[in-house]
Amino acid sequence: MQQGLASKEYKTVNYVSGPLIFVESPKGVSYGEIAKITAPDGEERTGQVLDVSGEVAIIQVYEGTSGIDDLKTKVRFTGEPPRIFVGYDMLGRILNGIGIPRDGGPAVVPEDYLDINGMPINPYARDKPSDFIQTGVSAIDALNTLVRGQKLPIFSGAGLPANELAAQIARQAKVLGEGEEFAVVFAAMGITHKEASFFMRDFERSGALERVVFFMNLADDPTIERIATPRCALTTAEFLAFAHGLHVLVILTDMTNYCEALREISTAREEVPGRRGYPGYMYTDLASIYERAGRITGNRGSITQIPILTMPDDDITHQVPDLTGYITEGQIVLSRDLFRRGAKPPIDVLPCLSRLMNLGIGPEKTREDHRNVADQLYASYAYGRDLRRLVAIVGEEALTEVDKKYLNFADKFEKEFVSQGNEDRSIERTLEIAWELFSLLPEYELKRVKMEFIQKYHPHYAGGEARGAG
Amino acid sequence: MTDGLVARISGPVVVARNMKGSRMYDVVRVGDDELNGEIIRLDGDEAVVQVYEDTEGLTVGEKVATTGVPLSVELGPGLLSSIYDGIQRPLPALQELSGSYISRGITVPGLDRSRQWEFTPAVRKGDAVGPGDILGTVQEYHIEHRIMVPPAHAGVVQHIHDGSCLVEDTVCELDGGAEITLMQRWPVRKNRPYVKKLDPTLPLLTGQRVFDTMFPLVKGGTAMIPGGFGTGKTVSEQTLAKWSDTQIVVYIGCGERGNEMTDVLTEFPELVDPRTEKPLIHRTIMIANTSNMPVAAREASIYTGITIGEYFRDMGYDVSLMADSTSRWGEALREVSGRLEEMPGEEGYPAYLAARLAAFYERAGRVICLGSDARTGSVTVVGAVSPPGGDFSEPITQNTLRIAGTFWALDTSLANRRHFPAINWIKSYSLYLDMVHEWFAENVAQDWEELRGRTMYLLQKEVELQEIVQLVGPDALPEHEKAILEITRMIREDFLQQSAYDPVDSFCPLERQYWMLKVILFFYDAIVDAMEQGVPLKQILDLPLKTRIARMKEIEDVAEIEGIVAEIATGINEIGGGR
Repeated sequence: MQQGLASKEYKTVNYVSGPLIFVESPKGVSYGEIAKITAPDGEERTGQVLDVSGEVAIIQVYEGTSGIDDLKTKVRFTGEPPRIFVGYDMLGRILNGIGIPRDGGPAVVPEDYLDINGMPINPYARDKPSDFIQTGVSAIDALNTLVRGQKLPIFSGAGLPANELAAQIARQAKVLGEGEEFAVVFAAMGITHKEASFFMRDFERSGALERVVFFMNLADDPTIERIATPRCALTTAEFLAFAHGLHVLVILTDMTNYCEALREISTAREEVPGRRGYPGYMYTDLASIYERAGRITGNRGSITQIPILTMPDDDITHQVPDLTGYITEGQIVLSRDLFRRGAKPPIDVLPCLSRLMNLGIGPEKTREDHRNVADQLYASYAYGRDLRRLVAIVGEEALTEVDKKYLNFADKFEKEFVSQGNEDRSIERTLEIAWELFSLLPEYELKRVKMEFIQKYHPHYAGGEARGAG
Repeated sequence: MTDGLVARISGPVVVARNMKGSRMYDVVRVGDDELNGEIIRLDGDEAVVQVYEDTEGLTVGEKVATTGVPLSVELGPGLLSSIYDGIQRPLPALQELSGSYISRGITVPGLDRSRQWEFTPAVRKGDAVGPGDILGTVQEYHIEHRIMVPPAHAGVVQHIHDGSCLVEDTVCELDGGAEITLMQRWPVRKNRPYVKKLDPTLPLLTGQRVFDTMFPLVKGGTAMIPGGFGTGKTVSEQTLAKWSDTQIVVYIGCGERGNEMTDVLTEFPELVDPRTEKPLIHRTIMIANTSNMPVAAREASIYTGITIGEYFRDMGYDVSLMADSTSRWGEALREVSGRLEEMPGEEGYPAYLAARLAAFYERAGRVICLGSDARTGSVTVVGAVSPPGGDFSEPITQNTLRIAGTFWALDTSLANRRHFPAINWIKSYSLYLDMVHEWFAENVAQDWEELRGRTMYLLQKEVELQEIVQLVGPDALPEHEKAILEITRMIREDFLQQSAYDPVDSFCPLERQYWMLKVILFFYDAIVDAMEQGVPLKQILDLPLKTRIARMKEIEDVAEIEGIVAEIATGINEIGGGR
């Protein structure tokens, strides 16, 4: 609407702080538009308008402000929101954090040019997620089932194998009865080169590389670019899902780095900080990323999100995991304790949750006894874990016979059910292992399971007759 | 009407110049796209506007026009089973106009202008009517939608309509020329008037054991459900929305997940209200401002919801309003306050947070409505709170605690072991117990209060005993204390736990609740008696009675549960423990 002014160049930078530059007396600048900044050495950078008035426009510079001065630096406002070229042939490509190829290949053949901020999906237009995704990981499939269109993050700690788990899910995820494989959009934010190449090698080995789009913002890439990376990735995912009808799995790692970039901008703007210095609007900001998952009525495709984040000091109440947990539909939590004891993957099922689990399980989807089995595994394992604490104080001898069985159950559960290495388990096999574990307990303790399922699936009843139950 | 210009844009906050003469809280249209906004501060010739839509692309110098009216909702037939955004735009209409995504600058009226309604008059020409009097009714599903004289009007009926009409049609003319249409408008930030507030003495029944029996809520009361993520706030709110014994339910999804609203939208039409046997959706109004929708509209959504609630209250109905979650509303206040550069209070929240919260919760209540028939109606508010890190010392939880009458504390450790609803029975409380025990004595059983009191005592005792067990092991306890631990485990697992997904267990009528608890405590008494006569505890526990009690939840027939009392007596008699 202000075309004539859009190309005007400003040399009125009068304040630079952290990732922000302040440009004086801008004319016709709109909120959120993209600015091109030319540093004195001729290097062109990209920025976005965060605040604008008649006197000043505040711009965050994606590539950082080093080398920018307040005399020669030129700023040109483009009049456009941040956008990205998207196309089907992005699959198999490696791009930087804002969607420019970094694999040496040609430019992406664009089919569309989209605003990376997207628009909120009308809740009325959403379709209910209901397709069970078999990840082949027992602790997820049986207890925290993933469904197509869900956002299920992995809460990890420094040094815990979240990447291995995410790669395993990406490798094994399938919807039973459908041959179609997931397309993967992978967004790296501030992770190391080593971690990035782990994923690339893993995808290469499983032959999945040509259905993956990589957005790479590595640890030594500009911090502020990270703000745009997940948005570029999700815009691409939306395009692949809703324009091409693909089922897309989006892996975002590491959201903690993203939040730190957000905090950096907030402090540079001298905003009133919320908890731990993170901005008060971080919930809304994270929601604008996580909510871009789901399905839309009348559309074939879907977006399933697996964000990965590192809990600083393994603290689940830290702002980043906390706000994430409030937005996402559950969480998978990794435990240092289990990791030390050799469980692979070291998933601590107790704080895990899948809010959409009930939509994806039951007769015709998984099996009729699935809900009951999951409840019983949880109740029994939680009780067994409580007993461990007790044993540490009073010794195992002080326990009743039944309690000793629970203790044994908890150990076996971790060793045989949770820990599975690289095995790709079918849901039937997973439930079978669960029933084997139940046979360690007296039958009358299986309160969460309906009698008819006990009679149908309990190993004691296998073959139709009871052999001294409980 | 004043016309101004955009002077500054910072997220959802826009400063407009040349706005002298505009009023606080009036709705304005901002920019060339005519984004909806509301004036929240006046400063000389400048007005600060919070914009309910995304401001990206808005440019300094674009025009700002006030509409001269405050943010209002449309009240009339067509509200029931609707789903709206935070400023009462129907989401299905938005989908028709702009597709699967919500685009900007669309204005759609809250009520369908083209739908015909059958109006049945209740007054005649010549009748004198005053504020709140019922002029006639419109049947909306199974609910009689009562068309009332708006609060400011009174006079003698000159003409009354009979038969079909549209929401904008005049249904009644009064002397003095006042024309009353089928629908009325009301500013959301203003409480709707009533004659008098009453003490809430009727319990709000939910079919949930831990709510109804342990920590009851009343019609016209307020409750809060705080809890960390994954503790079941949303499931609790949805359960309440499903099974509350109110005629109308307003469900506000405030800053929560999109898929959850989809869940409500797809599930409620299929579920049947156990009391009226009509689909639940027909008594429900939904307001959805999901977490990725504009933040300022989140602030408004709570007010939109409660104003609709008050409107149905004024008809003489019991309304329950679920707000999930009030923390997101508080955060929206904080975000806007931060952009206004106001001096922050605790954790960056504005200093007026407590006052705003209190004012909102006080709109709940059981009242004598306006109107000559002195009918009563109520609005009950249940607010979910999402404390960061599950830490109840944060400002929203603490400020709500000072107002809410029932406190249902959700507990992460209970949720982790899948004890649902994860209501911590030690921390929770209900301030309404004294008000409702009479009702329970009359309608359920005389010993209801005693039964509840004993249960609470045993649960409290369990906490003390557990501390000892943690130190010296369970074997060190004397037999009668071991018996208490057995019984409290039964109370926890076989009574307090309730599955929201099991067809029989999800809704438990009061009579069944009473008998389930009665059976467990009868068993306790029987154990104590038998032990006094020398029967060892282990021998009693080896009886199949424990399994029988554990499976009570699966039994729908109250008589069968009652029958367990006799089974216990016989069983214990046989091993020589009878009286």
